[in-house]
Amino acid sequence: MSAFTTNPLSADPLAALAACQTQLPGSALPWLRRRRDAASARFAETGFPTTRDEDWKYTSVAAIARRAFAPAAAVPPARVQRAVSAFDFVGGSLLVFVNGHHVPALSRLHELPAGTVIDSLAARLARESAELETLLYGPQDGDDASVSNGFTLLNDAYWSDGAFIAIAPAVVIDAPIHLLFVTMADEAGQGTTAATFVRNLIRVGRGARANVIEHYVGVQGPAYLTDAHTRVVAEEGAVLNHCKLQEEAARAFHIATLQFAQSRASRVVSQSFALGAQLSRNDIATRLDGEDCEATLLGLYVGDRRRHIDHHTRIDHLQPRCTSREHYKGVLDDAARAVFNGRVLVHRDAQHSDAEQANHNLLLSDDAEVDTKPQLEIYADDVKCSHGATVGQIDAEQRYYLRTRGIDDATARAMLIRAFADEIVAQAEPAPLRTRLEAWLGTHLATHDKERTCKELETS
Amino acid sequence: MANIYLLKAALNAQRKHRGESELDAMDFLALVRDKLRLMDMDESLLYRAVNQGFSGGEKKRNEILQMAVLEPRLAILDETDSGLDIDALQVVANGVNSLRREDRAIILVTHYQRLLDHIRPDRVHVLAQGRIARSGGPELALALEERGYGWVESGEAADAGAEEGRAAT
Repeated sequence: MSAFTTNPLSADPLAALAACQTQLPGSALPWLRRRRDAASARFAETGFPTTRDEDWKYTSVAAIARRAFAPAAAVPPARVQRAVSAFDFVGGSLLVFVNGHHVPALSRLHELPAGTVIDSLAARLARESAELETLLYGPQDGDDASVSNGFTLLNDAYWSDGAFIAIAPAVVIDAPIHLLFVTMADEAGQGTTAATFVRNLIRVGRGARANVIEHYVGVQGPAYLTDAHTRVVAEEGAVLNHCKLQEEAARAFHIATLQFAQSRASRVVSQSFALGAQLSRNDIATRLDGEDCEATLLGLYVGDRRRHIDHHTRIDHLQPRCTSREHYKGVLDDAARAVFNGRVLVHRDAQHSDAEQANHNLLLSDDAEVDTKPQLEIYADDVKCSHGATVGQIDAEQRYYLRTRGIDDATARAMLIRAFADEIVAQAEPAPLRTRLEAWLGTHLATHDKERTCKELETS
Repeated sequence: MANIYLLKAALNAQRKHRGESELDAMDFLALVRDKLRLMDMDESLLYRAVNQGFSGGEKKRNEILQMAVLEPRLAILDETDSGLDIDALQVVANGVNSLRREDRAIILVTHYQRLLDHIRPDRVHVLAQGRIARSGGPELALALEERGYGWVESGEAADAGAEEGRAAT
């Protein structure tokens, strides 16, 4: 794009990010500077992924790669207060981050038992940094090549803040912990696009239980980039319900990595609802690294216009007798496109693994497209694994049945789409999330037909 | 799709068509509970997915419930007794009976007399070869059960109801 090539910053599209590096949290910590510098250097070598990379074959990030980025500017809390209250739907503890920075004035924390911490990562870093290195980056540089890509490297280099949650052993916190990430991107000057790099750490101690909602929203405006990375540790017997709710603004780019490390007999439920952004990508991976673990991965993506929604999931069965259940569903209209890649690896020692995976897609227009790819790799010999993927249209007979009950065609269509999505929505936890999703679907399906007749499809 | 959701949408579509206001969730629930009580049906039917995993009997009961909620002026129940056990037959019959009204026509299509033990018809028409071969009162169905269809087709039967039958079509 000419606007960028004539810009002096285009020599290094990340110059504005690098210039602000000294203002990032922990800039005085030698280990953190070393890690950030190493990640920058590696990004300089690798750059953004391209469609030549197998994992990015169906998702082109050229629209991101051609931009120059700058950190999203700070916003006075008063300006976002209204937006925050519109998204504050859960009612428990709330941690608000605006443009990548924690805003205590808009957050609220319920009283916590001793030893349990819910805080901003930046604040935690100032207090207690030694234990954080391994949690943030793994034991050694580049030990986690499986999830490393241009976006995780940029996140490693430029993360500004995020949530730090540590649930002490045997502590049960049933009230959901709501992490709300708001981006309010102003028309950026100098041809740059606002970027936020969010980093979250969640540790659920032995036998502890927690419920976390990671919620990304944007105030409508120019394009911006959210690059998020969350690491979760579920210790022995821990139970975690994790929900990622992506409701970014229509022009946003949202790239997120979510990694779970599960110990013996831990149970994790991961839910991903991808409803916004022009381009979104979720890499969700769990390692079942102890016997008798359970992982449930649920997902729903809904796209219209020219949205692109990509989910790459990976489940590693590393130890015997673990169970994984995965069910993703997608609804695509107009020229929307979705990608689902579900990789399940049953390693040699993981006997008696029980893995089920399903991906079902509903295409509402001739131009909508989905690329779905189940990928089972089984190296143990005594396992139970299944997978299934479908792509279909609204069933004409079901539509007819509803018409015979006097229901008009548009309503019948909306009802059938709702019914399709309900299979996932009905499992959404906690209850306020379910209510929000139902309302979102209701509004979205009701307004959609009207909107498309009077508004041209976005070409962005 | 939950059954209750379909019922509400269908009823409101009808009300809208008639220029009536749509019922909200609370009013609708009250109405549908009334209907369930009237027909001695279980409320759990409301929250199950439409026709999903329904047995033959449950499907029939469900259609009677739909009829009760939608209150049609004309209902055509085609072999609504097929595959029903005695209890289900009773429920379906109760439903139909409770919906009988001066200003509502119900056409029951059946091969057997047994449904008519529970629902006493006003008129009986015998169809053969796509035509009404005989018409009469409830006693016609009983006679037919006793003597078989051959009785009608052979033209042996007295022709007393023929004119009425034509009139009824």
